[in-house]
Amino acid sequence: MLKQRPLLIETLTAIGLIVAPFVLPHLGFAPNTVNRILVWGLFGLGFDILFGFTGLLSFGQSAFYGTGGFVAAYLLTRAGFSNVLGALIIGMIAAAATGYLIGLIALRRTGIYFAMITVAIAEVFFFVEFNPLSDFTGGENGLPGVPTPSFNLGFTTIHFTNGWSLYQFIALCYFIGVIIALRIVRSPVGAILSAIRDNPLRATAVGHNIHGYKLTAFVIAAAYAGFAGGLLGVLQAFMPPDAFTFDTSGQLVMQTAIGGRGTLFGPLVGATVWLFLQDFLQSALGLGAAWKLVLGVVFVLLVCFLRGGIVGGLVDLYGLMSGKRPRKAAETEQAEVEMPRQAPPAPMHAKEVEHPVYSGPILKATGLTKRYGGLVANSDIDFSVDHGELRGIIGPNGAGKSTFFKMLTCEVAPTSGQIMFEGRDITGLKVTEVCQLGLTKSYQVNQLFTGLTVRQNLTIAALAELRGKFRLDLFRSLAGVKGLTEQVEHTLALVNLTRRADTPVSELAYGEKRRLEIGLALATSPRLLLLDEPLAGMSPRERVETVKLLKSIARGRTMIIIDHDMDSLFELVERVTVLQEGRVLVSGTPEEIKTNAAVQEAYLGGVHGEIAA
Amino acid sequence: MISWPNLVSQLFNGLALGALLALISSGLTIIYGTLGVLNLAHGAMFMIGGYAGFVTYQYTESFILAVIGGSLFVMLLGVVMERVIIRHFYHRPHEDQLLVTFGLGICFVELVRLIFSSQSQLVPPPALFQGITNLGFMFYPTYRLAVVGIVAIALGALFIILYRTRLGMIVRAGIEDSVMVDSLGINVYRVFMVVFGIGAMAAGFAGIVNAPVVSLTPGIGDDILVQTFVVVVIGGVGSFPGAILGGLIAGEIISVTSMFNPGYAYVMLFAAMTLVLVVRPHGLLGVQGRE
Repeated sequence: MLKQRPLLIETLTAIGLIVAPFVLPHLGFAPNTVNRILVWGLFGLGFDILFGFTGLLSFGQSAFYGTGGFVAAYLLTRAGFSNVLGALIIGMIAAAATGYLIGLIALRRTGIYFAMITVAIAEVFFFVEFNPLSDFTGGENGLPGVPTPSFNLGFTTIHFTNGWSLYQFIALCYFIGVIIALRIVRSPVGAILSAIRDNPLRATAVGHNIHGYKLTAFVIAAAYAGFAGGLLGVLQAFMPPDAFTFDTSGQLVMQTAIGGRGTLFGPLVGATVWLFLQDFLQSALGLGAAWKLVLGVVFVLLVCFLRGGIVGGLVDLYGLMSGKRPRKAAETEQAEVEMPRQAPPAPMHAKEVEHPVYSGPILKATGLTKRYGGLVANSDIDFSVDHGELRGIIGPNGAGKSTFFKMLTCEVAPTSGQIMFEGRDITGLKVTEVCQLGLTKSYQVNQLFTGLTVRQNLTIAALAELRGKFRLDLFRSLAGVKGLTEQVEHTLALVNLTRRADTPVSELAYGEKRRLEIGLALATSPRLLLLDEPLAGMSPRERVETVKLLKSIARGRTMIIIDHDMDSLFELVERVTVLQEGRVLVSGTPEEIKTNAAVQEAYLGGVHGEIAA
Repeated sequence: MISWPNLVSQLFNGLALGALLALISSGLTIIYGTLGVLNLAHGAMFMIGGYAGFVTYQYTESFILAVIGGSLFVMLLGVVMERVIIRHFYHRPHEDQLLVTFGLGICFVELVRLIFSSQSQLVPPPALFQGITNLGFMFYPTYRLAVVGIVAIALGALFIILYRTRLGMIVRAGIEDSVMVDSLGINVYRVFMVVFGIGAMAAGFAGIVNAPVVSLTPGIGDDILVQTFVVVVIGGVGSFPGAILGGLIAGEIISVTSMFNPGYAYVMLFAAMTLVLVVRPHGLLGVQGRE
């Protein structure tokens, strides 16, 4: 939308910050209020990266706000430190370090556990600040006398005192904060953070160390909080102990949700609404203490009816008015017509082999067994696949095919047995590491990043291969990742989704989603690709297309395919393994399998009296 | 500083607090386990239970009626809340559920503050339990002893509902596998409403029973909510026995630490929670499952 014009957002922010002191006084904003809004906005930039972009809702940000604030204030008031900016930065580092330690604990769990743990953490910090550390923090008195910044430029000294003068300093800090946040959000790390919010399971499966990235987001949020906390002390010339209260965290969460999460500017807008309404309701309407009730009701209504908050609502409105919808429908039709005519793209090459000397089977499983309590899903499976082979796996429902795949990709640990991939023992490794080695899977039930576009989906997967499982290139742009565009474009062409590249996944047709599912696995350039029922739920025409697609991917790659569509499968693969009741029934060429009596028995007779479609 | 009577009396305090926490956490945990919604307004439910009981007491001067009134009011509030708002959030992400219940909690607290002001209100203990009891080796407030008994009865009632009734069977099955229960042709939405009501009532009941021990303020539920979270994390989300065990552990930690230095009560509580998270990430009695 705004992506085509680089630096547009930065420029608009700069203009807004420069114009604000000339416009806002006429709207009834006191300079002190504007400064407070900016501090909240800066606090919120980091929080939005954590909550809006990564999907981690923390109710404990006050811990870092307070930590940064009190470290800076302590340095400036009690420790005789005179450099305000230096103190702010040290406070920020202290908060980030605290964030790292706390993140190690809080991120052991996700979802509501994470929220509960962060609440508890914030409360601990509050009590620690008040009691054991009151010698350093002034306890309930806080730390008065925080100086304002001044810079000696040699020929003159700039002193930011208060009001609009201090605004210049805070606005500059906010502006730098925005620039950094934008860089982070647009970096490969930023892309992966959105993937984690959308579908952590798949982000892990395509080869990203999501725990590391979550911790990164947590530390970033803590650093922003720490700096903002320091600024609060500078702004008020006093570091208030209530920076540490749960109310601070709550207010930040509410402001972000009111303004709009995942927008970076939402917290600023939310803070503006909050502080404006607070003033307005209290003084103009004389509501007194009831202002918070009104804000609470506004907040609940917004969460119920306007999920994207104010900024999100405006963006939607803009989208509606600029007539985006009709074009999408047209696009779909075009894509449908285009499909059969497109020239077949060149085959995509798998990742280079790390140990070229190895010449045994690419995958060898021995004695693989999985028990769920008393239920034996897989029992003593020996299985081996050669380089370049195209193997099919069939079996009645409940034969343990998907469990088998999950063990091969290390999503599920086997109860006993061993898995060798290219001569390396991968038993007990994590799914992320296995994917990084070149073994991945497309899922039976689509596991896509549904909130992102097709291109963004494939980008996430390609990044895992190009950057490894964890890398902190926070300030690199996506365009700066070598080979990324080529790999994404190539995969797009291969799964025939080039025309739909910028469509959100939620608007794709089912067959397109299935192809993207395969594309996600493919974009990591696996040498061994497992496909769990790639044809499931497809129309006959889509099946023909997909079989063609699978044939084209198979060049230079080893693949194992589970499917119930035997006609398609037998046409595709060279060898077939039949599983029944968790065991290997028989292996052989499609011809052998078709005529095998035991296989016919398994499908037609016995308790599994079912003919696969 | 440490004298035996002092320690024993703190252990009793811990038991009373622990029992209360167990009851409140049970409410939170069965709601979460069944509906998949973490109710951040649960602390407010506890607080409203106290105030509703207080109002009933003002009119009737009967403690028993106050307990009944407080509990029923909160149950009704829970049912209305579920019907009007929560049910629209079952299919929305966890964050939205957290946000909306958090917002509702703030609305409740501020509404009560508006009606009753921030001043603390007092509900006296019933005549039967006034004064202090001589336990032989020490004197202990009678009502606090009674709290342990009353809460134990309430927990017993909850146990019977959960483990001896058809509804309880559905609730426990739903905690294990809600999709399965849904597909068995049980009207889960009606069950959800009832469970939300019962869960809220557990908090409300605790709120009014606790009212004679501490005075009522609109913010009384906030601290309790945080402690409840720790209890649930320690015990394991969705586990009724876990909530009881976690409640007792948390209650004793808070009380015993407070004997030495109240400032460290939360630190110790948090340390215990961290230990559990490291050793048993799913809680002492929790099972791997819903997240």
